[in-house]
Amino acid sequence: MIATNKTILKLTDLRVEALSGTVLVDNVSLELKRGEVVGLIGESGAGKSTIGLASMVYARAGCRITGGKVEIDGEDIRLLDADGRRDRRGQRIAYIAQSAAASFNPAHRLMDQVIEMPVSHGLMTISEAKAWALELFRALDLPNPDTFGDRYPHQVSGGQLQRAMAAMAMSCRPDILVLDEPTTALDVTTQIEVLTLLKKLIRDYNMAALYITHDLAVVAQVSDRIMVLRHGKMVELGETAQILQAPKMDYTRALVAERKAADKLAVVSASNQAQPVIEAHNVVGIYGTFTAVKDVSISVARGETVAVVGESGSGKSSLARLIVGLLPRRAGEVKLHGEMLSADLKGRTRDELRKVQLIYQQPDVALNPRQTVGEIIGRPIEFYFNRSPENVKARVNKLLRLVGLPEDYAGRLSTALSGGQKQRVCIARALAAEPDVIICDEPTSALDQLVAEDILKLLKSLQDNLGVGYLFITHDLGIVRRIAHRTAVMLKGEIIAQGPTAKIFSPPFHPYTEQLLSSVPEMRTDWLDDVLAKRVLKSA
Amino acid sequence: MKLFGYKPPLTAWLGLAIIGIFIFVAIFADVIAPYGEAESVGQTWDDPSFANWLGTDNIGRDLLSRLIYGARMTIGVALVTTILSFFIGITTGFTAAVGGPVIDQFLSRLVDVMLSIPLLIFALIILSVFGSSITTLVLTLAILDSTRVFRLARAVATNLAVMEYVEAARLRGEGLWWIMRREILPNALPPMISEFGLRFCFNFLFVASLSFLGLGIQPPFADWGGMVRDNGKAISFGIPAPLWPALAIAIMTVGVNLVVDWILSINSRPSGASAEM
Repeated sequence: MIATNKTILKLTDLRVEALSGTVLVDNVSLELKRGEVVGLIGESGAGKSTIGLASMVYARAGCRITGGKVEIDGEDIRLLDADGRRDRRGQRIAYIAQSAAASFNPAHRLMDQVIEMPVSHGLMTISEAKAWALELFRALDLPNPDTFGDRYPHQVSGGQLQRAMAAMAMSCRPDILVLDEPTTALDVTTQIEVLTLLKKLIRDYNMAALYITHDLAVVAQVSDRIMVLRHGKMVELGETAQILQAPKMDYTRALVAERKAADKLAVVSASNQAQPVIEAHNVVGIYGTFTAVKDVSISVARGETVAVVGESGSGKSSLARLIVGLLPRRAGEVKLHGEMLSADLKGRTRDELRKVQLIYQQPDVALNPRQTVGEIIGRPIEFYFNRSPENVKARVNKLLRLVGLPEDYAGRLSTALSGGQKQRVCIARALAAEPDVIICDEPTSALDQLVAEDILKLLKSLQDNLGVGYLFITHDLGIVRRIAHRTAVMLKGEIIAQGPTAKIFSPPFHPYTEQLLSSVPEMRTDWLDDVLAKRVLKSA
Repeated sequence: MKLFGYKPPLTAWLGLAIIGIFIFVAIFADVIAPYGEAESVGQTWDDPSFANWLGTDNIGRDLLSRLIYGARMTIGVALVTTILSFFIGITTGFTAAVGGPVIDQFLSRLVDVMLSIPLLIFALIILSVFGSSITTLVLTLAILDSTRVFRLARAVATNLAVMEYVEAARLRGEGLWWIMRREILPNALPPMISEFGLRFCFNFLFVASLSFLGLGIQPPFADWGGMVRDNGKAISFGIPAPLWPALAIAIMTVGVNLVVDWILSINSRPSGASAEM
């Protein structure tokens, strides 16, 4: 393959503004050569996705591209009319979104959606497009490529759907791919597969790509250069190795240090074996005919953090729902302070409900968008403790301070807060009930790294001060290693290993724990190749 | 100019003006109308004159005055009916959505049975059995109409009931009524409000057509549908008397629809694709 070093995409002084006048992207310039991958990295709100979309001359609702040039092969596509731009999109530059599940139409078969673009652009006939799609399915290592296209989006797994989306983006043989967090919604083991295939695809077809992510370790595997963004401005642009090893700017240094800290094993002292607050013995949970939780026993003591890890579909969240009573258990028992809890939450007393609180993964949907922060946090106080309105207000203010939010936030609607602030409100709402144990269902996985870090610190300090116990459900092993006293590893509804965290994460490993551990990306550019090489050796 | 934080287009202003004028006329009918509602002031179908701007009706009553009092009756009955039907429909619809599968099945199948009988036939049967006093009319229409409201309310609430904030309220131990009122209702309001406008229109036309059939609002009360029926024969003599109430019905319907279209467009504004604008 000829490695042409021609610049294919050139952004010059790109400026995107919200209709309210806020500058989202401020004079960002970028050149992308054929065969090159540039990573865009930064926290949410840094303007990564906005730049990705703007490189196709597209802006989200309420935003406008107000300045700069977007050139593909020297042609400024900002000057084209809507039809001209439409022709460039998909054909020259294609987009892969974060959530494949939300990007496919559930009512059409995958094949129809993959071939739609080349057929409607008039580039291929239906049979040509199908043949090319089959070739892509094979290249992307999809199971049964010949019949894969006959399935509907809900009939394939998340990782397969993400690959089908890559096939869709490739269907017009574009020169440039914009990858917007393509692996963020996947768990670590699936992420490796998708990363490998995307890397291969870009190499094999000699394309250029913009890779948008918030995970430095991921971007280190695929990109040649990295651009660090913050508040819509470029902080630093450099070769991947330079950014990782010798960052020039303070902000980049903070990002890199943060990611490295997450890699380190911080030994958490094992808690003294106190009386368990909540315990589950041999519980079984069933959805229809599917057994999501099989014979699981777990307990949490006061001031203790017990982590449950596993990939998606392993039954972690079902276990949480089972303990709180949202999913009635079919067998086994759940006890609170030694007293048996009813299987269904309707059979539990107000006080029993109060003592076990739940924090959700998606703070966006866990808070009523039409209620103010004060109402949200105040309700449990009013509901459980019957306090006077002034008393409630004082307590709300105290809780807001406790979770690190200003008191005047009580009057705001939850929609006016950022993701991290919303999660803080969720934590305050849980604390308002003065619980003995809080079940945290992936409380940080919808948040950025630096924000997630703050939330973890907050949870930790609350535990130190209030002695509340956590059942912490997560797929992120970095978090587990830092905060959990004990860890349980779940696979297909069963706990396959359980014990003090330090013991679970030191040899001899359970084979599945080892696979999970080795799938966590590390901050080395050659990590992905290393892992794959090792796995090939093993299977040989 | 802004209204509730949105900028209505010209068509919406037109609709708001129409509704505003009609409601004003309905409220101050006593003051505005030159003659009484049932007052006979001339001969059958007099031509328009200074004394009777639109002429007189089939028994010599002033058409303009009848039209003004008719606004009060027609709009009033339609409005009360719609409010009542929304109260019943939303309460039952939300109960079906959050109350569990047994309640849901019972209510939904009951509504299916009611929906399977054509609305007009159903109303005609009930009104001819119980007689058509205004109370019976309003109650009958409200209950029949609430089946349609139930369907929408249940659909909207089913989507909201699976949100995690509703689950959080359930976990807290909140009762059904609180969940419906505080967690679901505020989020269901935008689609329900636009539906309110549409259903108001339907009810308004339905009252008019029932009156036209003689089962709606009874004389001597004036209402637009009844006026069209009473004066219908005039058209064959080339006298425009039935056209005035018909025009009033048409204008009110258009006015409400203009406003509803605007409210619907706010709710269905696409969340993407603004770059081309």
